[in-house]
Amino acid sequence: MSGRVEITLTVNGETVRRTIEPRLNLVDFVREELGLTGAHAGCEQGACGACSLRVDGKVVRGCLMFAVQVDGADVETIEGLAQSGRADDLMAAFKRHNSLQCGFCTPGMLLTADELLSTADHSSRAEIRDFISGNYCRCTGYQAIVDAIEDVQAKRGG
Amino acid sequence: MRLKTFRQSGVAEGMDGRIGRLEKRPGLIGSDVQRRDVDRLLRGRGSYVDDIKLARMVHVHFLRSPYAHARIVSIQTEEAKKAPGVVRIVTGNELAEVITPWVGVLGHMASMKSAEQSALAIDKVCWQGEPVAAIVAESRAQAEDAAELIEVDYDPLPVVADKANALDADSPVIHEQLGDNLCYERKENVGDVDKAFQEAHAVVEEVFDIGRHTAVTLEPRSILADFNPGDRKLTVHLSSQVPHMMQYLFAKHLGLPEADVRVRVPDMGGGFGLKIHIYGDEMATAALSMMLERPVKHIADRTESFVSDTHARDHQVRARLAVDADGRFMAWEVDDLCGAGAYSVYPRGSVNESKQVLNLTGGPYATENYRGRARVVFQNKPMLGQYRAVGHPIVCSVTEGMVDRAAHALGLDPADIRRRNFIPEDAYPYKRPAGPVLERLSQHASLEKLLSMMDYPSLRNEQSRLREKNVYRGIGLASYIEMSNPSSATYGVGGAPITSQDGCVVRLNAQGSVTCAVGVTEIGQGARTMIGQIVATVLGVGMEDVTVLLGDTEVTPYGGGNWGSRGAGISGEAAYLAAGSLRENLLSAAGVLLQCDPAKLRLEGKAVVDEDSGEARMTIAELAYTVYFRSDLFPKSFQPELVASRHYAQKALDGVATNGIQGSYLEVDIDTGFVSLLGHWLVHDCGTVINPAIVNEQLRGAVVQGLGGALGEECLYSSEGQLMNGTLAEYLVPMAAEMPDIEIALISTPTETSSLGAKGAAEAGAAGAPAATMNAINDAIQPLGGRVAAQPFTPERILRALNKIGG
Repeated sequence: MSGRVEITLTVNGETVRRTIEPRLNLVDFVREELGLTGAHAGCEQGACGACSLRVDGKVVRGCLMFAVQVDGADVETIEGLAQSGRADDLMAAFKRHNSLQCGFCTPGMLLTADELLSTADHSSRAEIRDFISGNYCRCTGYQAIVDAIEDVQAKRGG
Repeated sequence: MRLKTFRQSGVAEGMDGRIGRLEKRPGLIGSDVQRRDVDRLLRGRGSYVDDIKLARMVHVHFLRSPYAHARIVSIQTEEAKKAPGVVRIVTGNELAEVITPWVGVLGHMASMKSAEQSALAIDKVCWQGEPVAAIVAESRAQAEDAAELIEVDYDPLPVVADKANALDADSPVIHEQLGDNLCYERKENVGDVDKAFQEAHAVVEEVFDIGRHTAVTLEPRSILADFNPGDRKLTVHLSSQVPHMMQYLFAKHLGLPEADVRVRVPDMGGGFGLKIHIYGDEMATAALSMMLERPVKHIADRTESFVSDTHARDHQVRARLAVDADGRFMAWEVDDLCGAGAYSVYPRGSVNESKQVLNLTGGPYATENYRGRARVVFQNKPMLGQYRAVGHPIVCSVTEGMVDRAAHALGLDPADIRRRNFIPEDAYPYKRPAGPVLERLSQHASLEKLLSMMDYPSLRNEQSRLREKNVYRGIGLASYIEMSNPSSATYGVGGAPITSQDGCVVRLNAQGSVTCAVGVTEIGQGARTMIGQIVATVLGVGMEDVTVLLGDTEVTPYGGGNWGSRGAGISGEAAYLAAGSLRENLLSAAGVLLQCDPAKLRLEGKAVVDEDSGEARMTIAELAYTVYFRSDLFPKSFQPELVASRHYAQKALDGVATNGIQGSYLEVDIDTGFVSLLGHWLVHDCGTVINPAIVNEQLRGAVVQGLGGALGEECLYSSEGQLMNGTLAEYLVPMAAEMPDIEIALISTPTETSSLGAKGAAEAGAAGAPAATMNAINDAIQPLGGRVAAQPFTPERILRALNKIGG
């Protein structure tokens, strides 16, 4: 592949400049180029959600975007979310409710849950289940994840 | 206070007494201790194999066969070798010079056969997805680009796709040297089956199909092999449930001394039985690292996972059950046909599911007359491997499906017919006619507990009320037996290098902390926490004081890793015994320092405490400081021993049975065939419960995997042996919105085979969920004259059962 492209973007608040192959997808970019390995490649076709990242405020599939598409964008990864402290209560709830086992889906699940909690006033269990259905978890059976999100929602006054 | 925590958690009826015998205080055993090791994972700071980068690391991609069965005429790699970034391309013959072949048979299973298998296909391919060539390049993308330039000339052969035809006289034989496609056959005949069927009040029959599905760990199979030519040591960073087994087999097949192979398991994104097998691509990756003398990484992508991972199930079972006028079971007959794929998987073999079908059909029920046959056949599909609950979901579907058929035939309530037939409480230990000896179980208590949790009478009322409004709801029950704590009877006696014992080493460190190394591995199930709770309890310290090391052959005592629901029962017991031994050592050292009888001391609250008064005599940190830095304070004749080790193998039984029951409440839309799961209940008895929260989540996760197989997951193959739904968009793993909340209760009948009394918990959910679902669907649609017995129970199959669509 010829024709490398330079992109400049903000990742977790830091300006990043890289010259990359146009075919490099976003999750490979953050993992391989930036060493931010919290996002995982689970299916590489947008089904499982393990690669979820936030781009300009919206959670997207890191495997369905090319890195060149985020030139100029503001990207947040799970590492950035953790560092921000914004989801400390959510992470603590995941730990308290045993909402993760292997942890491979967890970064994506947390980003999705964080998006739900910050955009919806109040969600029923069914609505929570619906919202996180784009994130596959093979270990937990989902109930403990729903419990954790519901718990945080209640504590935040939702 | 910790005692209170334990009692508050309210689990495990019957456990108090056991813990009382075990430890004077339960400490952290039985309490919902949070997993400390998840903080890294929550913050995206885990380290899975693909997160590890080594200097000069290269990537290998495998070119895989597009045909299910074909001769390889030629492989042209010249163009590909010139592609950018390519380091090396190898094919089967070249690799065979550095890896010896293997055969996946177990010596104790008479009649079992399979063909010799190599890391990459030589001369012929036997399934779509079999690796044919390995392309090593500077990047994965470059390796994939180069693969497109390789030209393989295949001569397609007739395909054996359907297991039903594999033994036909005119069927192609996949491995000519074996003579036919039969991998394994076993027959059992106990009692007088024919007489029982002749004298029966009723005989029910059914043919059950259990579709082929696969584990789909969210982290695909992953390996980073690092051979250092300086010391000729091979370090393998591997997503594996069984590091010691892998060490043994890498050494054996790559011709390395055992001591020069280290297998290290970093964070791991799920196992479920998928990661306990030898895969040709992984063996090839290790060999390539030796050939290239640099680190080589292979991370399967999802598409190749579907065609190269082991699959599971793929059974058709014909069953008959004879029943007397009171609804008592008189005789069972089962005939199991299983499609094993192209080879029997190495080193565990692909016949264990069928073994369990014969061993355990009729499981929870008293059985005198029993006839069974199991046949496992080769077909041009990926190999069949052990997947969570190995065989038990089939056993349970067949058994519980037949029980409900019998109840229906006699007009009995499904709960009632189970009550009448459970193994009587006074009949334990109970020998299954063609299977294991069962220790005392709690079938009756589990059933009654489940019925009260479900509020069974109310659900029945609701069901009949709604039926008048043409709403079709069903209630399904499924009792199960799930084997755990396996002995060496499962694999060791068959010659497979799979240990059933685990070791544990516990040591006291200089500031009073404790380091424990143990044979089980952490695959997300909470093994580290479970072991930590046991060690902390015995040594009277906190979780924060205990470091648990797992999953590294250079660090941990020899162990079996994760399979067969053995973590708490085997490794937990080893840890319990090792910590107990260290406790004795610490108390005798403290006795010398304090000049008192060690029997008058105990460890509690991070201190050495006077047994009678409860007064702290010295902290464990002070004891540690003294033994390490003030040897002068001890008599010349006394050397404190600050490391203790114990090994444990369960030898009393082939395996230790657990039991339980599941209940399903669901609604069938009779116009669309869709099933809505409304509620799911589970009562499980795993003996002593170390951490109820972890046990509950293991059970829930397994239930959902079972529901996946019951309702959506199936590897669909064409008659040409082509996988037709090999993506996560088309292969339907359960999503959150489809799954119900699952209510769980634990009953505790500790095993007498160990001092800790723990039995397995990780697989039982998957064992019973499909059967409970099937029985509930049939309960819903039986008034309309339909029933289903083929999994997954898709809308199409349900509509066919209802005669809404033809065929």
